[in-house]
Amino acid sequence: MKSDKLRLDSLAVGYNGVPLISDITLSLAKGEILTLIGPNGAGKSTILKSITRHLATIAGTVYLDEKNMQTIKGTDVAKQLAVVLTERIRPELMTCFEFVSAGRYPYTGSFGMLTEQDREVVKKALEKVNALDIADKDISRISDGQRQRVLLARAICQEPEVIVLDEPTSFLDIRHKIELLGILSDMAKNSGISVVMSLHEIDLAQRISDKIVCVKGDRIAAYGTPEEIFSDDTIKKLYDIECGSFNALLGNIELASPCGEPKCFVIGGGGLGIPYYRALQKRGIPFAAGILLGNDIDLAVAAPLAKYVVKTPPFMTASSGDIAEAEKLIDSVGVVIDCGCPMGGMNSFNSELLQYAAEHGKTLIRSLAELKEAEL
Amino acid sequence: MSKTRNCIVFLLFLILLIAAVILSAHVGSVSISAKDIISIVFRGDRSNSVAYNIIWKIRLPRIVLASLLGGALSLSGFLIQTFFRNPIAGPFVLGISSGAKLFLAITTIIMTGLFNQMPVSVTVVASFVGSLLSLLLVLLFTGKVRNMSILLVIGIMISYICSAITDLLINFANDSDIVNLTHWSKGTFSAATWQDVYISAFIVLPTLLVVFLASKPMGAYLLGEGYAKSLGVDIKLFRIFLVLLTGVLSSCVAAFAGPISFVGIAVPHISRQLLKTSKPILMIPASFLCGALFCVLCDLAARTLFAPTELSISTVTSAIGAPIVIWLLISRRRKNEV
Repeated sequence: MKSDKLRLDSLAVGYNGVPLISDITLSLAKGEILTLIGPNGAGKSTILKSITRHLATIAGTVYLDEKNMQTIKGTDVAKQLAVVLTERIRPELMTCFEFVSAGRYPYTGSFGMLTEQDREVVKKALEKVNALDIADKDISRISDGQRQRVLLARAICQEPEVIVLDEPTSFLDIRHKIELLGILSDMAKNSGISVVMSLHEIDLAQRISDKIVCVKGDRIAAYGTPEEIFSDDTIKKLYDIECGSFNALLGNIELASPCGEPKCFVIGGGGLGIPYYRALQKRGIPFAAGILLGNDIDLAVAAPLAKYVVKTPPFMTASSGDIAEAEKLIDSVGVVIDCGCPMGGMNSFNSELLQYAAEHGKTLIRSLAELKEAEL
Repeated sequence: MSKTRNCIVFLLFLILLIAAVILSAHVGSVSISAKDIISIVFRGDRSNSVAYNIIWKIRLPRIVLASLLGGALSLSGFLIQTFFRNPIAGPFVLGISSGAKLFLAITTIIMTGLFNQMPVSVTVVASFVGSLLSLLLVLLFTGKVRNMSILLVIGIMISYICSAITDLLINFANDSDIVNLTHWSKGTFSAATWQDVYISAFIVLPTLLVVFLASKPMGAYLLGEGYAKSLGVDIKLFRIFLVLLTGVLSSCVAAFAGPISFVGIAVPHISRQLLKTSKPILMIPASFLCGALFCVLCDLAARTLFAPTELSISTVTSAIGAPIVIWLLISRRRKNEV
């Protein structure tokens, strides 16, 4: 049986002896990535702090390599577990190299002098996070993106088996988020380091994690693989999303759909409908969409935003019932939008719809510019 | 690159310190040439008994005491700055000097009331005990308070309370009784004896060694408590340890020379800027040496600038130290704006 690097056994965490979250039981194997997600203030940091012993646990046990962490000496824990915290660091006159080299603490002698080998490890850690070029810069004078990577390098040069990161991607722009998570994922896969972290970006969490823990209320709301967790319902419940939507499969986020009966009918397809759906949502104009094939990318956006969607099963042409439904919707609106999707073959029914609209005197819009001008 | 810089800085400190010592021994109401100084000190040349006595009995103990206590004060400043992770903290912010003054005032009043006299040795003991008492109070809070800035405010409040009580006592005391107290609170190295030197060396030098041995966890502590803890530093113990060492060093200074202002804030900053690093293993010896140099020079200025009138040491250290602190505040602000 594969042994767990880190295991929490019915752990209760909280402040001043009052449990905030109880009965946390989860485990992490070598090279796995486990991510805590959940709304602000749910207690993600509290759990992480309890794992890293910054906070006393209230009940239960944390096992590191199957040993009760309470019984391991501080410097020995440091050889196995490193952290990246959210606390602000502001040392005066300290280069990134010096900062990172502090990670060698558990290995150096009583005066903390670095050996040649230590320096090599520090250099490699900086290299791993692509920060070798800023090694001699003052730590207080680098950007947020660089700082986060230097913090990670410090943890890496501790040569741990487990790294715990508290919201490592907050305040980073999208490029630096992807870059940082890329480094983590590479580290887990190629160096076998297990990673525990909290993330706010659920879409990124889904892509990088082997296991997801949903933190909400006084218990763990859900715990499992991303495939198990990312059903639309779990996420909506976890974050109490009442307006707007999150498409778990694609990681697509849409804002709340406009209220009221449709004022126009959008004939889309092949992704060309998406800009129109979003433009209508921004202007607060309710609309209907159709006829979309069940496998059309437009459907992912039309479904949460449109009042009604007429769709076929995947790769199937429209039935007469579908067409009748679409025509009924067109009857009820004044405007029909043609998004410019080629019509013929499998979706030739859409050109019939266009013709139907023209015959019934509906205003036709054929571009986003026209839509912008149109009174709806 | 940084290694040569460090060597140059340390060499500079040493050379300047030696020069300052010789200059200090040379200047005074009786000027003694460097050649004579060296032959008196190293060969025990007694041919000029006046010069011999001036050097051995007056100037040398004073210089050695100034350098020992200056080093101690600067080092305790470095420790407290490390503790608060704030380069503008000073060793007397914890209320240590005002505690010493209060205890000294009480002792003076009792002593003059009972025996009609206040020997110097009692002054030293009283201010040392007073410092340690206020330190104990601070330590009690250190264990309880998590937030550093709150501790800083508590220190300042303790200062105010002690000063208030001291002022109250002074109101009801005879002026003649508290001359001693006023004299003490201005701070001076005059009337230093070899005995003072031995006792302070006995306290300061072992403490210096202990501080030096603790430079590794101190370096980790610079990253912040969270990281230090994750590296295996026992934070609670370490904080108490830091406050204790700071207290012992600054109490010793308060006892033998009074509360000397600004050395503890300004000197570690100068050393840090010269070395361009915060590494404790370099900063500990550097601030000690630089503090010694600073105090020897300030003491020289205090006794020679307006001779025969002697200034209090704090007059000189404040005049030099306060502008440095202002410069420090402004340059920090500028850096943060970048």
